Amino acid sequence: MERNQMHKHIFLMRQSFFDQGLLDEQFIQLEELQDDANPNFVEEVVTLYYRDSSRTLLNIEQSLEKNPLDFNKLDNYMHQFKGSSTSIGAKKVKAECTQFREYCRAGNGEGCMRTFQQLKKEYAILKKKLETYFQQTRQAGPSETACRPRMN
Amino acid sequence: MTVEPIMDDSRDQFPIGMRVLAVDDDPTCLFVLETLLRRCQYHVTTTNQAIKALKLLRENKNNFDLVISDVHMPDMDGFKLLELVGLEMDLPVIMLSANDDPKLVMKGITHGACDYLLKPVRTEELKNIWQHVVRRKKFDSKDSNNSGSQDKPHPGIGGGSGSAGTLSDPNGKLNKKRKDQNEDEDEEHDENVNDDPSTQKKPRVVWSVELHRKFVAAVHQLGIDKAVPKKILDLMNVEKLTRENVASHLQKYRLYLKRLNSMVNQQANMAAALGGTDSSYLRMGSLNGLENFHTLNGSGQFHNTSFRSFPPSGLLGRLNTPAGMGMRGLSSSGMTQLSHARSSSGSTVDQADSQQVIHPGNHNGGVLQGMPMTLELDQLQHIKGVTHVRELSTAIDNRAIFPICSGLLDAKTNIGSSSNPLLGVANTTLMLEQNPRAVQGGEVFGNRSPVSLASLNSELSSPLLDHRRLNENWSTAAQSSGIHSNSFQLNDCFKQTTQSTMHQSNVRDDISKRAIQMGSNLHDVSSATSVSTELQDRRSDMQCGASLTSSNAGKINNHAGPQCWVDHNQDSSYRSNVMCSTMNSMIPVQGAVGPFVQSSDPKNFHPDMDFNSIGQSNLFDPSYTKHDEVNKSHVETSLKLKQGLRDQRKPQESYISSSFGSLEDIVTAMVKRVI
Repeated sequence: MERNQMHKHIFLMRQSFFDQGLLDEQFIQLEELQDDANPNFVEEVVTLYYRDSSRTLLNIEQSLEKNPLDFNKLDNYMHQFKGSSTSIGAKKVKAECTQFREYCRAGNGEGCMRTFQQLKKEYAILKKKLETYFQQTRQAGPSETACRPRMN
Repeated sequence: MTVEPIMDDSRDQFPIGMRVLAVDDDPTCLFVLETLLRRCQYHVTTTNQAIKALKLLRENKNNFDLVISDVHMPDMDGFKLLELVGLEMDLPVIMLSANDDPKLVMKGITHGACDYLLKPVRTEELKNIWQHVVRRKKFDSKDSNNSGSQDKPHPGIGGGSGSAGTLSDPNGKLNKKRKDQNEDEDEEHDENVNDDPSTQKKPRVVWSVELHRKFVAAVHQLGIDKAVPKKILDLMNVEKLTRENVASHLQKYRLYLKRLNSMVNQQANMAAALGGTDSSYLRMGSLNGLENFHTLNGSGQFHNTSFRSFPPSGLLGRLNTPAGMGMRGLSSSGMTQLSHARSSSGSTVDQADSQQVIHPGNHNGGVLQGMPMTLELDQLQHIKGVTHVRELSTAIDNRAIFPICSGLLDAKTNIGSSSNPLLGVANTTLMLEQNPRAVQGGEVFGNRSPVSLASLNSELSSPLLDHRRLNENWSTAAQSSGIHSNSFQLNDCFKQTTQSTMHQSNVRDDISKRAIQMGSNLHDVSSATSVSTELQDRRSDMQCGASLTSSNAGKINNHAGPQCWVDHNQDSSYRSNVMCSTMNSMIPVQGAVGPFVQSSDPKNFHPDMDFNSIGQSNLFDPSYTKHDEVNKSHVETSLKLKQGLRDQRKPQESYISSSFGSLEDIVTAMVKRVI
């Protein structure tokens, strides 16, 4: 059935996130929090994350353009950003954050910029993938068919 | 922010329905946390601002059972919030952070956190947090139960407070030994003991300003070493107050004093090192007073509801009290408290008093010196007047400072007198530290005080050098009347200022002067900002100035603060530190004070350290000079500070005073005196 196929597809997609290291355990925690009372919890959190963190990223970007670099400030921004990335389980993004902070502590501006570019890339990739994932999940509807009439 | 109604019946099903207040600036984390908590069947209220959280808590203490707060927040340092909540509301607080640095964890513990969780938080971890609430309740009840019995675990420890102290240790409170608890052993005041300790919540006693004042007065009368809950209770003669209440309050107070003392001692050392010519300065009882604060701060347990109640202008107001304030001013305002604090510290206190009077030039510079010591929370209020270094006072929003100062101010009351600005600052800082929460009240410190305090801190820390900074900060602080964080910052500032002042007698003078100036200029945050900015130009270090500026803007970035401080030091190593400290403290004025102080980043909060290293004398000079001129224009002072911290004490003073407001004035005053 189409629906089942969709579900399977979504399932595989989700699995790939973990296999590729894009997401970690925390994401599963979020999924566990999702229930009938909070049917779209995960999506809400992720949306919130992307909306809020984009601002932080912008701040970082602007700070990186300054000369000389204010490593302390950058580190603070990144700490914040890392915190929220951790909350949704964005594994690769988090790793880049850690790397970035190390460069900050070392005062390596060049390293910071490079890492930041990498971070933005990972961030964008994850965003796109999650968007697709949620979209398809919504389309497919609930995977449990017990309470809903099957639509073939 | 979502608020859930309290349902009585759910309380019976504890832990289900436990009311939690969650604070985190990151919306993503907050949302996840909220959901997690709901999943554990708790009642969750969330807010992304620490200030709002405090407001909520203050509105009704009984609305919540537990507070979970992030460490890293822009408007207020999580640790500050933690302290305040512990002091004012006596609620268990759990810290949350993505940073697992052991130093931070330690900081959380020393500030009284029940627990420290790492992000991302898991459901399993949250499922068990209710234990902290129960533990606290149990120990509170046990405390009253055991108050009269002799078979307490610590027979030597006086009654309830002793057992409370030990029992509440697990709660994460800082409990220190109480030597004179012995007399409490035979007290049997179990009126407050609930029949069902394990489930019943003891009605909280609100330590209002009045109550606290009485308390402090009683303690003073008895002598800090001889003050035992029973006697205090008798002296206070307040209905419905039990010995246990007094005992636990006393415990907190002692911790506060200890903290002050250590701070003061630090300052004293610095002063000694500086070999300040100004004996009065050296004697700055303030150091002691500061120490007391430190102690008190350290204890973080010092419940100072009064802090909250301190009218924002209070602190500053005190500072503003006309020069005459000096010691006298202080005492009237609340100096007594200071003295009280002093008694703990001992000699220093006395000196502080004398100090205060001594400063001829400074309004009440002497006050500054003596101030810190006895900063009693109540005093803080007084300090307001005192610290306000005259000029500052007007500018300084006492309220703002007060909260902070309350802790510190008590000692600082001395500072209140213009001269004491520094002291006040120091005290404030101390107080601030302790009562970040109090300060947070926002209003109290909100506008000016924080700044002043901040400045004070800064001032204090790097006695002279910081002066400059303090001035700067103060002006900034003063200016940012609206800055709540200021109060917090003040703490920092105070500490710093205290330290700084201590070291440099000269600085003291400057500081006091500045403080005074600052007082007046406090309101003129913007000016401070400008000043700070100017300072920056002058000095490479003057980063502080920048911080100030930013702080003035109201965005004080604690982080920025610390940085500034450090930078300032460059000039005089001390100064930068001081400045930074102040700046940092000032910066928080917004409410971010917390961060400054807390800044888990050691680098941020180094003012003290730096100050010491720096030859204080140098530091202060500029600051002192600046102080005087602060009044004229913040800018001037700031500039001056920058330029010749060393040589130009005056400019600093003026600078500082204007910017910092009460704190700075105090510090400046102090510094001046010293010089």
